[in-house]
Amino acid sequence: MAAAANAMNPTVGPTTLHLHGLLFVPHCMHIGNPATILFALTLMQDMDFPGGKISFTTTKSFLPGSSEERVPCYRVLDEEGYSSSNILEHVISKEVALKMYSGMVTLQTMDKFFYEAQRQGRLSFYLTSFGEEAINLASAAALSIDDVILAQYREPGMLLWRGFTLQDFANQCFGNNAGHGKGRQMPIHYGSKNFNFITISSPLATQLPQAVGVAYSLKMDKKDSCVVAYLGDGSSSEGDFHAALNFAAVLDAPVVFICRNNGWAISTPVTDQFRSDGIVVKGQAYGISSIRVDGNDALAIYDVVRSAREIAINEQRPILIEAMTYRVSHHSTSDDSTKYRSTDEIEYWKTIHSPITRFRKWVERKGWWSDKEESELHLDVKKQVKHAMDEAEKQEKPPLRDMFTDVYEDLPSNLVEQETSLRETIQRHPQDFPKDIPL
Amino acid sequence: MTDFRQKVFDVKEENMLGLLRQKVGLRGLSAPVIGDYTQRLCPVASAMRHYSSATKQMTVRDALNSALNEEMAADSSVFVMGEEVGEYQGAYKITKGLLDKYGPERVVDTPITEAGFTGIGVGAAYHGLRPVVEFMTFNFALQGIDHIINSAAKSNYMSAGQINVPIVFRGPNGAAAGVGAQHSQCFAAWYATVPGLKVLVPYSAEDARGLLKAAIRDPDPVVFLENELLYGESFPVSDEVLDSNFCLPIGKAKVERKGIDVTITAYSKMVSFALKAAEILEKEGINAEVINLRSIRPLDRDTINASVRKTNRLVTVEEGFRQHGVGAEICATVVEDSFGYLDAPVERIAGADVPTPYAANLERFAFPQIEDIVRATKRVCYKSAAANA
Repeated sequence: MAAAANAMNPTVGPTTLHLHGLLFVPHCMHIGNPATILFALTLMQDMDFPGGKISFTTTKSFLPGSSEERVPCYRVLDEEGYSSSNILEHVISKEVALKMYSGMVTLQTMDKFFYEAQRQGRLSFYLTSFGEEAINLASAAALSIDDVILAQYREPGMLLWRGFTLQDFANQCFGNNAGHGKGRQMPIHYGSKNFNFITISSPLATQLPQAVGVAYSLKMDKKDSCVVAYLGDGSSSEGDFHAALNFAAVLDAPVVFICRNNGWAISTPVTDQFRSDGIVVKGQAYGISSIRVDGNDALAIYDVVRSAREIAINEQRPILIEAMTYRVSHHSTSDDSTKYRSTDEIEYWKTIHSPITRFRKWVERKGWWSDKEESELHLDVKKQVKHAMDEAEKQEKPPLRDMFTDVYEDLPSNLVEQETSLRETIQRHPQDFPKDIPL
Repeated sequence: MTDFRQKVFDVKEENMLGLLRQKVGLRGLSAPVIGDYTQRLCPVASAMRHYSSATKQMTVRDALNSALNEEMAADSSVFVMGEEVGEYQGAYKITKGLLDKYGPERVVDTPITEAGFTGIGVGAAYHGLRPVVEFMTFNFALQGIDHIINSAAKSNYMSAGQINVPIVFRGPNGAAAGVGAQHSQCFAAWYATVPGLKVLVPYSAEDARGLLKAAIRDPDPVVFLENELLYGESFPVSDEVLDSNFCLPIGKAKVERKGIDVTITAYSKMVSFALKAAEILEKEGINAEVINLRSIRPLDRDTINASVRKTNRLVTVEEGFRQHGVGAEICATVVEDSFGYLDAPVERIAGADVPTPYAANLERFAFPQIEDIVRATKRVCYKSAAANA
């Protein structure tokens, strides 16, 4: 328009002015003479758009989809178990470190045996956390019992740390009468009000906005605690992820989101899941501070979660943690991951980058652990796990009544009728019903 | 069109008050089960509230607003969230004045994400707050329906009683006027199929106050289906209704109009249509009993069946779609429990089986009108002007 006409008009130049909105700017702006751009820029104003001041630029450039360098990963322990931080070394006591370590071994052993039990038909379903034991136990250790946990499903170590026994795990998986779950949920869907661990729910990422809601409630109670919500890399694609992060930021909710980026969502690799640099960069899109950490480094996890928790509580704002790791497990017992990835890859991560091995090297070097204690621990845990499974299998199944209770707070009349009707039918036709249901 | 005929059953027309007679060919109902039925269908005690000599009028909007206000004042864990509920005073002004009175912590304007704030509401309820989540319309609640069903309705059961969810989801449901397909669907039947939810459908100002208060106080998740066109309607309210402790029982229907010739069930806006139809029918000698359902889950089977056993004829009315609708459930219930009492086939009046059209003339054809109710009622009465044959 006028600019183009002027550009071809020899009477315009660095000293002539063009009306740009309400401002007179030198014509050189359109030619781009560096010397005079600086002069012109000082005439530019910021604009008070709704939402805040934004300054203008005459350079047209698109923000890149991702930066050239990926966000680096915070790590404390190297592969040989040498710590880069003296300070951190002194923060973790021997007691805590050994509880973490034995928790990791216990989790791994429990997973091994329960997985086998499913293969043998003793359990209907199971899901392991192989390779992610550090995330489980180290983050649990960094929290307080008052912090409310909304997990996804690969975080049973949180419960283990807080006091859930192997028998408790077994009872829930076997769906017996002793289980806290009254046989209502499929295996690994643990929950415990006492341990502030919200019952696992199958639809992915639903726990994220729920976590913000719980945090909102904590905020109103003004408690010295936060909410910790876990998700996998795949869950970050769900709509609920975006709603939750956005909301958490807007509501100033004390939530720590911990994403276990283990590279796989069943058979979908992260390269097919998103185009961004993982999940850590997404925090900034919502105005949330984020950090990427080595998920196989127990000390780094402990450090980061502890800091995140402090920020969330003291500054009342959400934090996003992306823990880089690898899903050594198949997705679950319904999956055979060798169908879509190489056994070499799995073996590599299982051995070279095992979080348990790495942490063991550190505690051994500190003089807190030895081979003797190692073999004792393995024997002991194995025995306990087997015992828990055998006991759980022997336990009675939940009684008939438990099919009808808890739909509502109070048993409604239609369910009373149905139960009565069912009992009468069982009485009249016992041969049509299984014998092992306590009536 | 919205009128449908049912298959004609071979029903004896003799008066079948009293014991249910067994016939060969019916599904074998053995004695103990019959005993259950008669025990269950005890005469409905008249705990129903009648309008006392009411001097005050109240709109449904004010009824809802006052109920919210009172419950928030009485219990600091009650809070409201939704789009535009705060600064804007509510998309339909139901939450007017609440932000000023209770502040932004208890009246939360949410970003636009039904999935988000439904989930957040459920999470807050998990931890002991009592959220009242407003949807601008239940059509938009579809974006958060996973949380209503999988996070709210099933949680108490799946957690073995450890996590109850004292949440209320409320907002306009069903048809308005000229708002098209994505703003007009009735979701009563959808939510009413889900165990773990309670589904309420207020009609009058009294219903609105009593049921909303009951819903907020209830420990289970409640879906509270209002109607946009009823918000501005005025109803007489007694002093009892205006009392801050006034609650209506969940699961009890109200007989809005007593009659002896035919039972008409309706909920929400259709109650007014049913009442108007009853007036027209009265002039033609048909004395209709109109039941305001008030609650779809639990459905007040006792009241419905007691009424049909008295009148021997049934017409159900709803704005929602016919297939798997509320009327389908009522008809099945009555056929199951009171088959021998029916003197005519049951009739369902429902919305046309099309996404709601926008054009006013087409929209009129898509929903039940008073004339449809009148004609259907005459049909079940075999157009007889005299009392039951």
